[in-house]
Amino acid sequence: MTNHWNDIQHADVIMILGSNAAENHPISFKYVNLAREKRGAKLINVDPRFTRTSATADKYARLRSGTDIAFIGGMINYALQQGRIQKDYVVNYTNAAFLVNPDFKGPADLDGVFSGLNGNKYDKATWSYQLDENGVPKKDTTLQDPNCVFQLLKRHYARYDMETVCKITGGDSKEYEEIYDLYTSTCSPEKSGTIMYAMGTTQHTYGSQNVRAFAVLQLLLGNIGVAGGGINALRGESNVQGSTDHAALFHILPGYLQAPKASQQTYQKYLEDNTPKNSDPKSVNWWGNYPKYATSLLKAWWRDVDPEKSYDYIGKYDDDVNYSTIPIIEQMASGKIKGLFCWGQNPAVGCPSTRLVRRALAKLDWLVAIDLWETETAAFWQPEAGVDPASIKTEVFLLPAAASMEKEGSISNSGRWAQWRWKATEPPGDARDDLYIMSELVHRVKHLYEKESGVFPEPILSLSWDYAKAGMDPSAHHPDPREVAKEINGFFLKDVVINGTAYKAGQMVPSFALLQADGSTCSGCWIYCNSVTDTENRLMRRDNSDPTGLGFYHNWAWCWPVNRRIIYNRASVDLNGKPWAKDKPVIWWDGLKKTWLGDVPDGGGAPGAVHPFIMVNHGHGQLFSPGMTDGPFPEHYEPLESQVPNLLSKQQESPVIARYDKAVQEKVCDPMLVEGAAACVFGSPDKDRFPIYCTTYRVTEHWQAGQMTRWLPWLGELVPHMFVEMSEELAKEKQIRNGEVVRITSIRNQEGILAHAMVTPRFKPFTVNGQTLHQVGMLWHFGYKGRVTGAIANDLTPLVGDANTMIPEYKAFLVNIEKVRR
Amino acid sequence: MNVSRRGFLKLAGGTLAAAGIGASVGVKSAHARPSKIRYAREVPTVCPYCAVGCGIIAHVSNGKVINTEGDPDHPINRGSLCSKGSALYQIPNNDKRLSKVLYRAPGSDRWEVKSWDWALDKIARNIKDARDKGFVRTNAKGQVVNRVENIASLGGAGLDNEEVYSLVKFKRALGLVYLEHQARI
Repeated sequence: MTNHWNDIQHADVIMILGSNAAENHPISFKYVNLAREKRGAKLINVDPRFTRTSATADKYARLRSGTDIAFIGGMINYALQQGRIQKDYVVNYTNAAFLVNPDFKGPADLDGVFSGLNGNKYDKATWSYQLDENGVPKKDTTLQDPNCVFQLLKRHYARYDMETVCKITGGDSKEYEEIYDLYTSTCSPEKSGTIMYAMGTTQHTYGSQNVRAFAVLQLLLGNIGVAGGGINALRGESNVQGSTDHAALFHILPGYLQAPKASQQTYQKYLEDNTPKNSDPKSVNWWGNYPKYATSLLKAWWRDVDPEKSYDYIGKYDDDVNYSTIPIIEQMASGKIKGLFCWGQNPAVGCPSTRLVRRALAKLDWLVAIDLWETETAAFWQPEAGVDPASIKTEVFLLPAAASMEKEGSISNSGRWAQWRWKATEPPGDARDDLYIMSELVHRVKHLYEKESGVFPEPILSLSWDYAKAGMDPSAHHPDPREVAKEINGFFLKDVVINGTAYKAGQMVPSFALLQADGSTCSGCWIYCNSVTDTENRLMRRDNSDPTGLGFYHNWAWCWPVNRRIIYNRASVDLNGKPWAKDKPVIWWDGLKKTWLGDVPDGGGAPGAVHPFIMVNHGHGQLFSPGMTDGPFPEHYEPLESQVPNLLSKQQESPVIARYDKAVQEKVCDPMLVEGAAACVFGSPDKDRFPIYCTTYRVTEHWQAGQMTRWLPWLGELVPHMFVEMSEELAKEKQIRNGEVVRITSIRNQEGILAHAMVTPRFKPFTVNGQTLHQVGMLWHFGYKGRVTGAIANDLTPLVGDANTMIPEYKAFLVNIEKVRR
Repeated sequence: MNVSRRGFLKLAGGTLAAAGIGASVGVKSAHARPSKIRYAREVPTVCPYCAVGCGIIAHVSNGKVINTEGDPDHPINRGSLCSKGSALYQIPNNDKRLSKVLYRAPGSDRWEVKSWDWALDKIARNIKDARDKGFVRTNAKGQVVNRVENIASLGGAGLDNEEVYSLVKFKRALGLVYLEHQARI
């Protein structure tokens, strides 16, 4: 979230799409409702299904799964045509005025693709700005130049007229018009609109561009950085924010530093590639500090090794190869991955194409699952999984873990608040906390390398791992999370004097502004620097006072970065430091004391001294974003599996998505892989066998892959069965009655899965391009372990991911449904 | 005492009647009965389900969690919880929780209970053997890559920050590149 949960109360219009917040983040509605009660705010909800969120919305409209860019593109077009933009904000704070390379061409010129497409990859040379002699983008602040971002944006979205949009989405133009009018009313500087989204937005082959479309809209309306505004991802796991911050992902290192690539053979080259330069004196260009954070990280991991050397210790990934979860499945199925750890993750239920995943697990030599329960993943070799245990040669370790109340440590919520949890009780029996388990493994692997040596042992032998509990023998293996928290924050490694202040070795670094590139500081995750001081672990704070009355709660826990509760807040004031909205200021300038008041301000200096978007090179919010893999403007494409042609261009699906169905077939791999990766693409004859759009979703009573709820009697009783929800029209056509068992099949699983039919008016058929299309939704949470069990929805989902992030396409794919005749 | 069926009913009725009087007399004492959480230790925690981050108070007595409820002081949820947060009590109090180290040998149809020492040593051995065998010094282009491609690690979104940070540090030190978690899916 750019903002945070309490801040939703300041919104004038709240738009929820790609999320069913009332169901899946119920407590968020405390603030949705507060905004409605206190400010008369309006709630918009757009969803393929009439959900619990829709039921409470002031305006609801439908769209077919996977057509969000058409819907938002239509709203961007409406805002531009009607002049519903916050002009001063757009001119000064976004890149609207930047002049783009005249050779850049977009889908309006090239029938659906951007300039530079070469096979399934873009050469982004033309996605660039015209620069002056200092390397600063040239601007036309009148926004009239045909090559300025604003004019290009206008031209791009002129194609998203109401008629075309509704034809694509299957929505109603009158409803859309009302929603467009209502939401774009937040272009007024005093008003703000927030967008709340979740996986309905991201789990598409163009999920990142769905979010980009929100960003473009919010920048045009001046809704970023302000109270009651922002782009707010409602994240689904208690610490998925923290685990992303700390980089349990192949492509990043803690604090969103880049993981090193094979082409970056030296530390110097790595730093050069990742440290942007900017000669505009108003551009803060915060990533210019990259070497300080990277060196401090290497010093946190290998305290006694020169960073030039320890850089070699981190595995480099091949520049053109992807190592994310979908490739892990493929590599397991191909027998290349021999050992797998699952730390509280249940890929046999939660990954795409889970039938393939379970078969791939059988190719492992060993699997280590660390969990509170016996998961489907840990039990993939059992008869319940439909296999003969004797045929599976994988050795499996199932290690009992401590639950959240049985250990201590912090977790970071969607609003970036890192909150401490204290230990209430001991874990059951032999169960141990994960930190203990991994710490034991580190010591034992270290010991093996000490005893036997082995391949490239240095990174393991010299790894700094001294988290002894206070007062205990440092050689004893009792990791103390409070010690780890100190390393994450970072401390001085030698006595230094910075700007006249002396710091002693071992003192906590007060803020990341003081981290150094010379090896004199360490910090395990620079964005958390400032969370632990010499006197206080701020993650433990429990002062719920709210002196500004704006709901920042600066003394409750701590929030990254530097306790700033609303990021990009520099954009909440005009060039004179006056808040756009007088009744809900985020920061304001005290001219007498020459200081900012309110929230912790983004970037230093007096009003107007710096551009507000300090994390991007040129300091401006990006309407045009050359960093994306699949285009600088969001463009509508169809899901990989679709019944209808792309009505906007001849480019059916995104041209740059990783097509595993094709790759696997071309390589003529294992038939199991070919089946698991199969896709029912537009134009293939299979399309008629799987005519129904399917999506997956969640309910309040269960959680994710189910291992944390299906074992709990109270929750199991509330939702005991796997179901597939369908419209009354489809049920009538298929002669299916509510509650009956039906079989759902996809091209990847033609035996199909069984589920109870839930027939409701919440789904309605869509009319798209004159064609009647049915959509159904399956519950995400079930599996064959737990007190309540049921079929696994992901046994049907496709093995294809977003062009930028490789997030799987769980939300739009084709199935067939048949009544089970008994 | 030799009690006939009829006599038993009479006796039971008498007992019930006495109990009834007892109940009416006992209204006061029911009021005065201390709440089960009165002497319990209050431990603040945060809900382990979605990422709203609601505060929950765990009441602990004799080392056991005897109650969980929404934390009224927490600025986000102010005491409210959804059905999942309300069910948190059943995580520490659950007879289906894993409490032993389990091992399944290749081809076997059952779990065996093992000791931590045995399992951790064997896993450490597996890590070292796989790493030593599969370590990639240089890629096809001859670039030094120092990576391990035959071990993968999934998960982390359910761990604490201090744990997931340590996990990443550990796995990167081994040279892993297949390092992923729930944020990707």
